[in-house]
Amino acid sequence: MSQAPAIELVGIDKKFGAVHANKNINLAVAKGSIHGIIGENGAGKSTLMSILYGFYHADSGEIRVGGTPVTIRDSQAAINAGIGMVHQHFMLVENFTVLENLVLGAEGGMLLAGGVARARAELKRLAKDYGLEVDPDAVIEELPVGLQQRVEILKAMYRGAEILILDEPTGVLTPAEADHLFRILGVLRDQGKTVILITHKLREIMAITDTVSVMRRGEMVATRRTAETTVEELAELMVGRRVLLRVEKGEAKPGDVVLSVRNLTVKDGRGVTMVDNVSFDVRAGEIVGIAGVAGNGQSELLEAISGIRMPASGEILIDGEPIGKADPARLRDLGLAHIPEDRHHMGLVLRFEEYENAILGYHRDPKYGGLFLDLDAIRKDAVEKIEKYDIRPPNPRLRTANFSGGNQQKIVVAREIERDPKLLLIGQPTRGVDIGAIEFIHRRIIDMRDAGKAQLLVSVELDEIRALSDRILVMFAGQIVGEKTADAGEQTLGLMMAGIAA
Amino acid sequence: MNTASLPLPGWITFGLIPLINLVLAFFFSGLVVWFIGENPFDALALMLEGALGSGEGIGFTLYFATNFIFTGLSVAVAIHAGLFNIGSEGQAYVGGLGAALVALSLDHYVPWYVTMPFAILGAALFGAGWAFIPAFLQAKRGSHIVITTIMFNFIGAALMVYLLVNVLIVPGKMAPETRTFLEGGQLPKLDWLMALFGLKLGPAPFNVSFLVALVMCVVVWALIWRTKLGYEMRTLGVSPSAAVYAGIPYARTVIIAMLISGGLAGMMALNPVLGSSGRLQVEFVGGAGFVGIAVSLMGRNHPAGIILAAILFGILYQGGDWVSFEMPNITREMIVVIQGLVILFAGALEYMTRPALARLYYSMARKA
Repeated sequence: MSQAPAIELVGIDKKFGAVHANKNINLAVAKGSIHGIIGENGAGKSTLMSILYGFYHADSGEIRVGGTPVTIRDSQAAINAGIGMVHQHFMLVENFTVLENLVLGAEGGMLLAGGVARARAELKRLAKDYGLEVDPDAVIEELPVGLQQRVEILKAMYRGAEILILDEPTGVLTPAEADHLFRILGVLRDQGKTVILITHKLREIMAITDTVSVMRRGEMVATRRTAETTVEELAELMVGRRVLLRVEKGEAKPGDVVLSVRNLTVKDGRGVTMVDNVSFDVRAGEIVGIAGVAGNGQSELLEAISGIRMPASGEILIDGEPIGKADPARLRDLGLAHIPEDRHHMGLVLRFEEYENAILGYHRDPKYGGLFLDLDAIRKDAVEKIEKYDIRPPNPRLRTANFSGGNQQKIVVAREIERDPKLLLIGQPTRGVDIGAIEFIHRRIIDMRDAGKAQLLVSVELDEIRALSDRILVMFAGQIVGEKTADAGEQTLGLMMAGIAA
Repeated sequence: MNTASLPLPGWITFGLIPLINLVLAFFFSGLVVWFIGENPFDALALMLEGALGSGEGIGFTLYFATNFIFTGLSVAVAIHAGLFNIGSEGQAYVGGLGAALVALSLDHYVPWYVTMPFAILGAALFGAGWAFIPAFLQAKRGSHIVITTIMFNFIGAALMVYLLVNVLIVPGKMAPETRTFLEGGQLPKLDWLMALFGLKLGPAPFNVSFLVALVMCVVVWALIWRTKLGYEMRTLGVSPSAAVYAGIPYARTVIIAMLISGGLAGMMALNPVLGSSGRLQVEFVGGAGFVGIAVSLMGRNHPAGIILAAILFGILYQGGDWVSFEMPNITREMIVVIQGLVILFAGALEYMTRPALARLYYSMARKA
């Protein structure tokens, strides 16, 4: 290509402590094209885009815009370089009008009137040129989500963006709104703008992009022309062909139904339906895996079953008894244990010492003392778990934040499994965990199954789901779109996860 | 670079940073003194002499410190549960009513050591009661505790003035205050304690409340770090999402933490009401509730730190009075300015120097 790429990343590297979020990333996006970046959660997509937009600084590497190296210290510098960003979570002032949001940060003087008049004229032009119609005087919070997103795009365009980055733009959109968005992106491209689309939805990549790059574990593993690739190939690249840590396991011997979920609907804080009329059973002595791309309702499902989030409707039964409005403490008494998806925000209090986290949720147990904490008993208990689960360093007085991710996860796993629950909910058991610990944790989960426990496993790692589950339910857009056995092909599951085939 | 999350060794967090804050506060106070034409070093020497130079000075300093220990503990307990209780001032004020009612009803019949436990209880109950409504509104309605407790300071002040002017006032007297308690309603001074160190207390109102404050320090320490309730409060305070996961009931924990916080604030009334003036007076709290916020912040919400910070503020109060007495140019208002500067640097700007220190520490650690 004779023309310099609109944006070029050369050798971008970024570490967060021990986590290597971006490893030597090279990427060139041609002007006037739509480039997709796909990858699983935690693959490093968002970090890369944050570097591009000045939220983070790369440890090394270079960013070139139109062939010229630029230093992007903050978002203002990114805007000056012609880079605009539409975030997954909108950055709009809810009680301002569209016009007011547009001029925010670009008021152009002490008095608003001039800037507002200019913005109004510019808004008209943008609406005409790109099909970005929106009422300039509408208040943001009264607009539907799709239009709010359009305002975000307008904001970027108003600031003269030549390169538009969209981070998971369709996560909050209905399919119709998503289609409309894609039409707008098409127009932008035809007008010579460059669009970078970050997503984990393969359907969108195929529908709209010209080229696509796949990220996995912080690395850019492949770049393809969209026309020359297939969904199957991308799914494979995304999930990775790494060596499977196959856990030895025999046949499951399912017993009685322990957990029943009936017509469960769960809404998130904004009132969006995340789990949509879901029903299934989990029996003693089996592992039921829920496969799905992150954000398709798995988190909310786990939260509802563990009593953290109240369902909007439907019923959850443990041993045939409806749990009603039981809170997490009550459910623990009923024999439910929960390895939460997010150990940093739920499973652990990072500022606590290790032994304090070893009782989190079970601290009311009389064996840990009555009114007062029985520190001797608690620490003895913690030391036993540390030995049994090989938690390093073996120091119950160490601050939890100072353990590695794998060892932090072992603290949670030890706490929940050692309670010998009858039902174990497992969310992303090995996210951010090193290979050795993964094997260990997988072994424990299989042992639990063989001991006749019912387990519900949620993971975005398809390998993990396939390695551990006896039955696999695939969740897409809040619904269970199908059930497969553990020997279902990776591609079949991948397509179901992408909502393509059921 | 974001330095907020970088851990620093204890001696920096608990020693160096408070010290730097204090030095900065004194530096700017010195500038103020210098601007009005007095010698800052003379002023500092006077302040220390007034606060620590005699048994009487020390007695006053510790008397003020007693107030600040109670209110500092009050703020700290709430902070551990993730609540910012700005209402210690009002809770202490209303707590005074509880203490005074006990003293007024018992002082005819029993000696002080019988009155005292009931007075502590009365003060704590009234203080806790005054904290209950904001706590309930926070727990059940999500009304922000900072706003509601500020409002309740005003309501409490109005209520107390009304009661003192219309209900509790001695008939025929002009002053809005209760009658003076008999001996059975007054706490004895700690002259014997001062005498152990060969000091004379003189007229300073240093009294038994100080010992009660020290006991409460131990109680609060045990509550926060040794009880299951304290464990739940700390979990909620550090990570509300982990508290939900762990099944720690938000509303109950918030309300209990605020009741304890309000109770501790209420107990502060013991010191001025039963220990010093021997009667309930208008405005007897005198800002101690707000100083408690600075004391708690400066003492890192730990009872040991709170004692030290409370004594520092005791020195400022007593020494400040002395300076304004000896240096007529430095008025009482000037002293308030200086105290404000200490609160500003030790409290509000608590972490101002931390990023720089963290960067310095890490660059030196890398070289070493």
